[in-house]
Amino acid sequence: MGRKGSSTDVKFPSDAGTGGGCCAPPSGKSVSCCGGGSASTGEIRYEDGFIDGKVDTPAGPVPHVHSRIVVRDLLGRWKVRWGIGRDRYRVAPGLYALGAPDGNAPVLVTANYKLTFDVVRRDTAGLDAWILALDTRGINVWCAAGEGTFGTEEVIRRVTLARLSEIVSHRRLILPQLGAPGVAAHEVRKGCGFSVVYGPVRSRDIRPFLHGGMKASPEMRRVVFPVLDRLVLTPIEITNLLRPAGWSAVALFLLAGTGPGIFSLEAAWQRGSAAVAVLAGGILAGAVVTPVLLPWIPVRAFSVKGGLAGGVVAACAVMWRRGVMDAPTALALLLAMAAVSSFVAMNFTGATPFTSPSGVEKEMRRALPVQAGLTVLAGLLWVGGAFFR
Amino acid sequence: MNGFRYMDGVATVRLADAACIGCGMCEEVCPHGVFAVAERKARILDRDACMECGACAMNCPTKAISVTPGVGCAAAILNGWLTGSEPSCGCGG
Repeated sequence: MGRKGSSTDVKFPSDAGTGGGCCAPPSGKSVSCCGGGSASTGEIRYEDGFIDGKVDTPAGPVPHVHSRIVVRDLLGRWKVRWGIGRDRYRVAPGLYALGAPDGNAPVLVTANYKLTFDVVRRDTAGLDAWILALDTRGINVWCAAGEGTFGTEEVIRRVTLARLSEIVSHRRLILPQLGAPGVAAHEVRKGCGFSVVYGPVRSRDIRPFLHGGMKASPEMRRVVFPVLDRLVLTPIEITNLLRPAGWSAVALFLLAGTGPGIFSLEAAWQRGSAAVAVLAGGILAGAVVTPVLLPWIPVRAFSVKGGLAGGVVAACAVMWRRGVMDAPTALALLLAMAAVSSFVAMNFTGATPFTSPSGVEKEMRRALPVQAGLTVLAGLLWVGGAFFR
Repeated sequence: MNGFRYMDGVATVRLADAACIGCGMCEEVCPHGVFAVAERKARILDRDACMECGACAMNCPTKAISVTPGVGCAAAILNGWLTGSEPSCGCGG
């Protein structure tokens, strides 16, 4: 269920320019979360459909990129949202030219996750700028900053490798604000002579940021998590749950066939599919309904949000099937769906841009025993129902 | 971030007043407006809004800020408990 790697989960998807995703991360030290895509080496096929030429610079030719987003880009984005090939969706690290940049043009630093890179080149259409893609191993800025791959050393390394000081006359880099957990601005200056200016959180604010004399308004500095941004993160939540959900389904079918007497295939099928439907309902409640309704469910703990959402979905199911279901089964359904939804919703903490590790840990210490207890109780009611009917 | 607040009273972020030179980097990098700088000193305005990303401590030139940064992700913490290691999403590679 771990946030699958490399990953790229993008927290602020509509503006992945900076967006991060996975589990909120730490400074510098190598906590792997979203992560650890493998190093960008020769075996990786970099995406390059957006390169439309070269520009000559004192440090040699630099690839030129355009700002158009074509079908291929949209398809690629859709695939990684579902977790397909996320670790391999990369652009080659290094310097790119956008528009007609000269020695005074700003240098925008970003990650080499193609999804991120696309958003940056789209949002900077019409600007003349240099884009420096760090080797974040195909991971978005936020997650990579947490891992340290979007970090002080990599910034210094890329600036040096690109011979940036020969290409621009100023000594200034613009970094996405969400890269700050991995980069110490004062160390970068010491390391390569370039000073770091933290730009806005979202790449769509780069243009007003530049036009406003590199001043970010307080709004540009805050993360937000609107409903669309939450919605695009739900497919990956479900994809990540497929494997554990599959094993749980197998266990449920086996358990369903167990009753007085011998194992019954018919019971396994009937009761088993009902139980798997409950599991699926719980997952949907926790991985889709809860994220979408997140700020409107009036409690703070994600487990409680999920439990409430699961409880409501379960109550609807009970109402719908009333008359067909006996009381213990109905109660089991209610408890199980709430427990599954609660657990799944708790995992969404990793995709949000406001949950602290201290908070998540505190929540888990309280929620896990309750979730386990509810599940056991639901199981007893359900299996017991087969014996005492 | 109304409706987007998390647990109160848990964030580990601390500011050593004496070491602060009021440079304003913490205020600049914090995505949740935890800090405010006035009269050449930073102060913590809203500790409970902190998500412990560590950007402030990382960019504080005098190391006046401390925070235990980590992974605010249930799957990662569970993984850490199960394997007895640092929290990791097990997203491996």
